[in-house]
Amino acid sequence: MKIVVCVKHVPDLQGDRGFTPEGRVDRSQGDGTLNELDENAVEAAVTLAETHGGEVTVLTMGPQDAEDAVRRGLQMGAEHAVHVVDDALAGSDAFATATVLAAAVRRIAADGPVDLVVTGMAALDGLMSVVPTLLAAELDLPQATLAAELTLTGADARTVRVRRDLDHVVEVLEADLPALVSVTDQANQPRYPNFKAIMAARKKVVSTWSLADLGVDPTAVGQTAARTTVVEASPRPAREDRVLITDEGDAGLRLAAYLVENRLV
Amino acid sequence: MTQPAVLALVDHHDGVVRAPAFELLTLARSLGPVEAVWLGSGLADALDLLAEHGVSTVHQVDLEADVTVATSARALAEIMVESGATTVLLSSTFENKEVAALTAHETGAGLSVDAAGLERSGEGRLVVHQQAFAATWTLQVEITTPRAVVAVKPNAVPAEAEPTGQAPQVVVHALVSPPAARTRVVERTVRPSSGRPELGEAQVVVAGGRGTEGDFSAVEELAEVLGGAVGATRVATDEGWIGHETQIGQTGVTISPRLYVGAGVSGAVHHRGGMQSSGTIVAVNADPEAPIFEIADFGVVGDLFSVLPQAAAELRRLKAEQA
Ligand SMILES: Cc1cc2nc3c(=O)[nH]c(=O)nc-3n(C[C@H](O)[C@H](O)[C@H](O)COP(=O)(O)OP(=O)(O)OC[C@H]3O[C@@H](n4cnc5c(N)ncnc54)[C@H](O)[C@@H]3O)c2cc1C
Ligand SMILES: Nc1ncnc2c1ncn2[C@@H]1O[C@H](COP(=O)(O)O)[C@@H](O)[C@H]1O
Repeated sequence: MKIVVCVKHVPDLQGDRGFTPEGRVDRSQGDGTLNELDENAVEAAVTLAETHGGEVTVLTMGPQDAEDAVRRGLQMGAEHAVHVVDDALAGSDAFATATVLAAAVRRIAADGPVDLVVTGMAALDGLMSVVPTLLAAELDLPQATLAAELTLTGADARTVRVRRDLDHVVEVLEADLPALVSVTDQANQPRYPNFKAIMAARKKVVSTWSLADLGVDPTAVGQTAARTTVVEASPRPAREDRVLITDEGDAGLRLAAYLVENRLV
Repeated sequence: MTQPAVLALVDHHDGVVRAPAFELLTLARSLGPVEAVWLGSGLADALDLLAEHGVSTVHQVDLEADVTVATSARALAEIMVESGATTVLLSSTFENKEVAALTAHETGAGLSVDAAGLERSGEGRLVVHQQAFAATWTLQVEITTPRAVVAVKPNAVPAEAEPTGQAPQVVVHALVSPPAARTRVVERTVRPSSGRPELGEAQVVVAGGRGTEGDFSAVEELAEVLGGAVGATRVATDEGWIGHETQIGQTGVTISPRLYVGAGVSGAVHHRGGMQSSGTIVAVNADPEAPIFEIADFGVVGDLFSVLPQAAAELRRLKAEQA
């Protein structure tokens, strides 16, 4: 079985995240990491490959240092890695991202069909949660997103079964392979690569592909093709008039008074 | 010049309209003439309510109950093209974000999800207010395509009625090209309602974390008095103290209520990502160093098991006094 996992390189959550004057995510801090939620995606893919046999390819689209994201995927047990990098990609929106990832999946499929595409539930920089569904549409695959539980069923394990918890309903979905799934942080506990795995990953190659390699028109992606532009980005002003009290037996009364005073009840 | 219509998808639960739909209609009216979209059955019972909220036309597509995001998106795309509307608004839930993305994909529209506000620029383009990086940044994003699909966060604007005084006209559509149904729903369990407001839509949320040690009674009591919803951190839901659907944060529900109260919640960045845009933030935590105090408007260093019940009792007393 051939599984492709899409992973994104994002600014570290714990770091000082911000925007450039052009309204792009500031990547100059250099403290990028593999999107935490994509670790769940890699874990899900590697576990399926271990259970049912098969190979995992990690795929990312992003600037030079995004290679770190696929390197991490290799450490976690993926066999192959693909990094799509091209100057024309700067400022790409979700549609362009899906177009490029789809082209890369098709190229990966050139030497044997891809059975399953796995993504994270959201990239923690934008929290859009839309690339998975757009990628499924581009690849014309059935989708089962937001998996809190993921298994392959059926006689030859050719059906993916997903349990998902939405705000008012719990669903079990099934789709025959090939298919696309996105997984949540409930799906598993990502493994922590040991020394041996880290050493083994060093020997693995990251294939670097340009838009030309993928046959994607550079004018169809990047800022020029984006359907939105950021016209203003500013840090939210700090909250004013903040109060911090220590309970001396009457904090509950003071809290009630605060809520009444501020018309919050 | 007459503005092209703005379509607003009215979310409903077996015919009962969900609260954010009225906010959506209010917002839509500020952008142009509103036409509602109703997917599924049960419209007849909701017509009066829609008329009260400024709707004079409803596009209805009678779909089955287990409708997939692909089907909803196809329906919206077909109505958008057929009606000549240039804007589609939806309420931002996980499912609706996917519906929005696919609708935009099919119609070439620009897309924005989790919008906190919306206006038209001088040139008539849509400008979306958004928050990023756990609401520490505010963005103004312009949609540059003629068509736009925007999923709006609950509580972005207060809902206001605007009665039309007459029953809306219902335009019934049949799907011209339904998408292939390749994903099968094999089980579907609707969660029983808690009787409290839905977490994502509530004006007041009281959240409990590890500090509750599994005893949510103080959190529930305060939520009850405030008429709010109960929320939780991932630790509390992982421990099984309370259902996963109550998890607030980057991998749970994103909320922006008028009032958020966090009790025994440390304020980890993952949690903050889902609540930092709340109007007023109150925190009760035993540890003066807890990071949640960095963003709290009103912080109490103290034990939640004494502070919360005292506050609830006092609020009840004040209410009784007023009555
Ligand atoms: C990929 C990923 C995604 C995540 N997504 C989410 C998410 O969506 N939402 C989320 O919430 N978390 C999420 N987390 C977890 C998050 O990082 C934190 O671990 C979690 O939010 C901490 O929960 P807590 O505040 O309840 O617990 P703790 O951090 O343990 O805090 C408990 C607090 O309670 C206080 N306390 C103890 N006793 C009392 C008392 N009697 N009275 C008052 N205060 C008391 C303590 O001082 C402490 O500050 C995610 C983590 C990862 C890795
Ligand atoms: N540039 C990218 N490269 C690879 N995968 C991506 C990229 N952007 C998004 N994804 C995948 O899509 C998921 C959801 O991203 P988003 O829709 O941006 O929240 C992520 O968890 C990744 O699995």
